[in-house]
Amino acid sequence: MQKLKVCILGTGNIGTDLLIKILRSKYLECTLFVGRNLNSKGMSKALSLGVPLSDKGIDAIIENPDYCDLVFDATSASSHFDHAPVLENLGKIAIDMTPAKIGSFSVPSVNIKDSLKHTNLNMITCGGQASIPMAYAISQVINDIKYIEVVSTISSKSAGPGTRINIDEYIETTQKALSDFSKCDNVKTIINLNPALPSIDMHTTIYIQTDNPDMKVVEASVDVMLKKTREYVPEYDIIVGPEYDNGIIVLTVRVRGMGDYLPKFAGNLDIINCAAIAVAEEFAKNRNTDS
Amino acid sequence: MNKNKVIIYDVSLRDGSHAISHQLTKEQISKYAQASEKANLYAIEVGHGNGIAASSLLVGQSKLSDEAMLRTAKENLENTKLGIHIIPGFATINNDLKKAINIGVDIFRVASHCTEADTTQRHIEFIRNSGKEVYGLLMSSHMTTPDILLEEAIKMQTYGAESIIILDSAGSYLPHDIQERITLLSQNLKVPVGFHGHNNLGLAIANSLIALDSGAKIIDASIKGFGAGAGNTQLEVLVGLLTKYDYETNIDLYSVLDLASLADKLLLKEAITISPLSVVSGLSKVFSGFSKHIQRISTKYDVDARDVFFELGRQKVIAGQEDKIIDVAIKLSKQKGH
Repeated sequence: MQKLKVCILGTGNIGTDLLIKILRSKYLECTLFVGRNLNSKGMSKALSLGVPLSDKGIDAIIENPDYCDLVFDATSASSHFDHAPVLENLGKIAIDMTPAKIGSFSVPSVNIKDSLKHTNLNMITCGGQASIPMAYAISQVINDIKYIEVVSTISSKSAGPGTRINIDEYIETTQKALSDFSKCDNVKTIINLNPALPSIDMHTTIYIQTDNPDMKVVEASVDVMLKKTREYVPEYDIIVGPEYDNGIIVLTVRVRGMGDYLPKFAGNLDIINCAAIAVAEEFAKNRNTDS
Repeated sequence: MNKNKVIIYDVSLRDGSHAISHQLTKEQISKYAQASEKANLYAIEVGHGNGIAASSLLVGQSKLSDEAMLRTAKENLENTKLGIHIIPGFATINNDLKKAINIGVDIFRVASHCTEADTTQRHIEFIRNSGKEVYGLLMSSHMTTPDILLEEAIKMQTYGAESIIILDSAGSYLPHDIQERITLLSQNLKVPVGFHGHNNLGLAIANSLIALDSGAKIIDASIKGFGAGAGNTQLEVLVGLLTKYDYETNIDLYSVLDLASLADKLLLKEAITISPLSVVSGLSKVFSGFSKHIQRISTKYDVDARDVFFELGRQKVIAGQEDKIIDVAIKLSKQKGH
């Protein structure tokens, strides 16, 4: 089976971790790893893995349009605003890892089939990828959700300068996506950075306010979603609940990463990458059945 | 004789919200604001215990909206400034800070956990560029070393913070801890340094006095100690005590004593005391705001609230991680064989 050719734009932690995941994929082939600086840590790693490199940024794709069909953009939101129209014109599928929010929101365990209809997909945020599967699963079986709240705590070490400076965008993007997927307008997102050493795993707690839920039905729906999500995030676990107390369903998820380029505790970075790979692989599988 | 000027910053209507599960009413806010004017207080802080935009299932929902609380306070203030507490991760510039500026908030105190100052950069810069007064607050400052605390304080100063306050969020500091940190910060920062105490180990007043002697220019205090857990540095006691020292607060003694009598009837459902659990909060170094949640959840899962506190302390949880309480309670309950 022909692998789908993909490029990675951005050679930071996210881009480099994506690369390692792609090298393991049965469906994807990284034909170009693109950054701005051949001496970066990510570039050195890619070189050692024998992956073709370029330091020309988006121009590398413009000059070699046949290299790939799909581009992971792991640069920054402001760069993605420039990249998106270029990739669109070249007919490339864009998977946007930044909070630019141009594309359609994608959460593989929730809307992977629908994602294939779009050419620009936004992977939301780590808290979004961790919480939306559960919030969605519960919203499918509960009619009168009054309010949803999502609280994520990540280790300080896993939060780079981009995350820290964009903490407002994190909240706004997560809330928007949570609201879209659950069809509940009344949502709130909170994020904490915990500096404890050894670094803590990512935790996300979802609170859903509703009257008299049938918890058996909720549990069954959550269980199905847990299995679906674990297909691409193997260490996605529910550690509390779902419990119903005082009018509120509570559920806590712990996310551990795969420990590829990033440490295992950085489940927040891993889940967004795992989700992006899952979507790209779905494009690859779909193309193979089409042809 | 020129006495040393001290700013006493009243956090009663913010930290005190923890003590009444964030159920402040308009009547409480308006009457307290009027009385604080009379006592010539420098500023009162108003809002949810965890600050603006913190009303949530995680830490408790406010009775009133942020807007209603702040508008009510502002309408009753003239010379006394109105302050708010802001934690990035809860509050955003677009949703909350712009609104607060429109309402007429005077002092914006942007807070982060003691090691995470860089999450406050855009919020501090935004407030500074709006021409409002902005402080940088380092919460649970006991959870890092004095050197790192200084580095983080310098970051906030660089972003534009006009004062830096360190918070003893679990009331766990001993006098020499305060002396070391306040001395280091006031010697190395260009902006004034302040201290926010809690009384878990009975040291809030003493620690505040030591902070002043070590160079602090701002002391946070609460009327009748009205604050999270064992409460804060008791405002009227501090004002009275400072008349015995070379510090000038500009607060009228009788009026502030009247304010305390008013608060007794107006704000306090029950007197703020050092409960046994508050002692444990201080010893385990877990944020005082956890107390009420830990009590409720420990009863539900039939575990000892003290064990929950110590386990959370061992896990180094920070303010905002109240969702860990249930996780720990369930684990302890399983160990007990429930």
